[in-house]
Amino acid sequence: MSQKIGSVLIWPVLLLPLTFVLNLSLGSVHIPVSYLIKALFSSVAVDQAWHYILFDYRLPKAITAVLVGGGLSVSGLLMQTLFRNPLAGPFVLGISSGASLGVALLVLGSGLFGGFGATLLSGPWALVIASALGSFLVLLAVISASSKIKDAMTLLIIGLMFGSLTGAVVSVLSYFSRAEALQKFVFWSFGGLGHLSWTAVLILCGCVLLGLIIAVGSLKSLNALLLGPKYAQSLGVSLKRSTLLMVLSTSILAGSITAFAGPIAFVGLAVPHLVRQISGTPNHKIVLPSSFLWGSIVMLLCDTVAQIPFSSLTLPINAITSILGAPVVIWILMRRKNLMF
Amino acid sequence: MLRAKDISIGYNSGTKHPLVLAQHINLNLVPGQLTAIIGPNGSGKSTLLNTLSGQLAPLAGMVEIQGQAILKLSNFAQAKTLALVLTKKEFSQHLSVLEFIELGRTPYTNWLGRLSAEDHQAVELAIKATQLTPLLDQKCGTLSDGQMQRVAIGRALAQDTPTVLLDEPTTHLDLAHKAQTLKLLKSLAKDHQKAVAYSTHDIDLALDIADQIICIHSGYINIGTPQEIIDSGIIGQMFQSDLVRFDNKTRRFSISD
Repeated sequence: MSQKIGSVLIWPVLLLPLTFVLNLSLGSVHIPVSYLIKALFSSVAVDQAWHYILFDYRLPKAITAVLVGGGLSVSGLLMQTLFRNPLAGPFVLGISSGASLGVALLVLGSGLFGGFGATLLSGPWALVIASALGSFLVLLAVISASSKIKDAMTLLIIGLMFGSLTGAVVSVLSYFSRAEALQKFVFWSFGGLGHLSWTAVLILCGCVLLGLIIAVGSLKSLNALLLGPKYAQSLGVSLKRSTLLMVLSTSILAGSITAFAGPIAFVGLAVPHLVRQISGTPNHKIVLPSSFLWGSIVMLLCDTVAQIPFSSLTLPINAITSILGAPVVIWILMRRKNLMF
Repeated sequence: MLRAKDISIGYNSGTKHPLVLAQHINLNLVPGQLTAIIGPNGSGKSTLLNTLSGQLAPLAGMVEIQGQAILKLSNFAQAKTLALVLTKKEFSQHLSVLEFIELGRTPYTNWLGRLSAEDHQAVELAIKATQLTPLLDQKCGTLSDGQMQRVAIGRALAQDTPTVLLDEPTTHLDLAHKAQTLKLLKSLAKDHQKAVAYSTHDIDLALDIADQIICIHSGYINIGTPQEIIDSGIIGQMFQSDLVRFDNKTRRFSISD
């Protein structure tokens, strides 16, 4: 078993630093790799402009990409195992819908509720706080539901219901709001990795770390759940407790990521699925770290593409993940011919 | 050893009147004995198994395992005394046969699920007893029903418990694989000195091989050796139907003309 862990993990471990450096180097301004390494590992500042771009923009963005990609993939994996469904993802519990409701209330609602809201909620942290509050409220509802419900499938449907409920409220808000406000909301829903300050990156890092610790702590029950809930229970796993921990971990991961980077689609759904196909085992001791690493790599690559190297254009990251990702998943599924959970 | 003391089985569906399937059941599952639970559809075979395994609380009375009330045991303590084999295929099809069996050691491993030397030994023993060595690397999704049943039994054996309960382990199998599975259960009881109980619709096979029969039908329960059960004449009346007939001499069912 330990040999297998090594051989499956060695590729992403090698690829991650490579894609990281590539991501730092490419963009509207090309920074040579040799300069990057010098600047990262010694304090000599050679070029003021490069130095500024690197440390105040690209480095926090690249670290955000690693946290976002990895965190979303791990939370997607947890949901797929909990619901025994390869179509589950980090947002099945309605976290992104909650976040979008929070942001919609802030951006679209401030016009409706007059000047009071606009002045109160215009700081740099306003979007983050609104989004976090939104997902937190939906989450509280889902967690309190999960403590009463035995069956994971019911939880899935409740998450979907919360999703359509908040979606409907967002539609109503959009209908009554002004064009500029609507545009601002749409821009948020594109997602973005590039606008995080170092403080924000640090907070996100703390949240993702906490979520990962809970996930790693659940490794044993995750593996037992591969046998199905009844077997897991007969092996001594407390279903209620492990469900709660998995929901909590997913919420912290996906909630904090959505708050800082917007609702980033696709990565959390696709990466764990591909990792399971590549590694040939559903053992979470392999699949969990592998999902984090591959998620980070995919996110870094998508961000590199979204920046469109050597041009000043930037594409919305949320579109890129799906445009690049969907064909890859389709291709792999066609080759494998069967979709097994 | 598993002991049921004057239990009533059924469901407390939240209404005033619980649904009672059978009352005043006293039974023992003894190491070395294979017990078959028989009865028509809906008579309460699964309910009895769920109650005996502690998944369902009895409406009255109590179930004891190794001298302790099963519902008072912690999850892991319960998992070390009783193993289940289920029919529903809710497991990941990606699991290899080896991984499936190794997960049977979950109650014994550390927080990461790392297998100790002792765990590996138990897994090896289970693989040998179920003759699964050639299949170890195969995915569970690619196995036939008969093979999968052996894997499920191997997993229960790896769990190393004094009691094993099986929910209709011979369903979906052809006659030869039914016989193979039942022989395996018999050897689990005899050679490994476990108390083994299974529910089944294959009554004639159960009469051939089981040491003890528990017969549930329309609220009544009869317990005895196969011969005692046959002599009591209960099997002929069990289905309350003119369509099937039981011959006490050949111990077989046939369809009435």
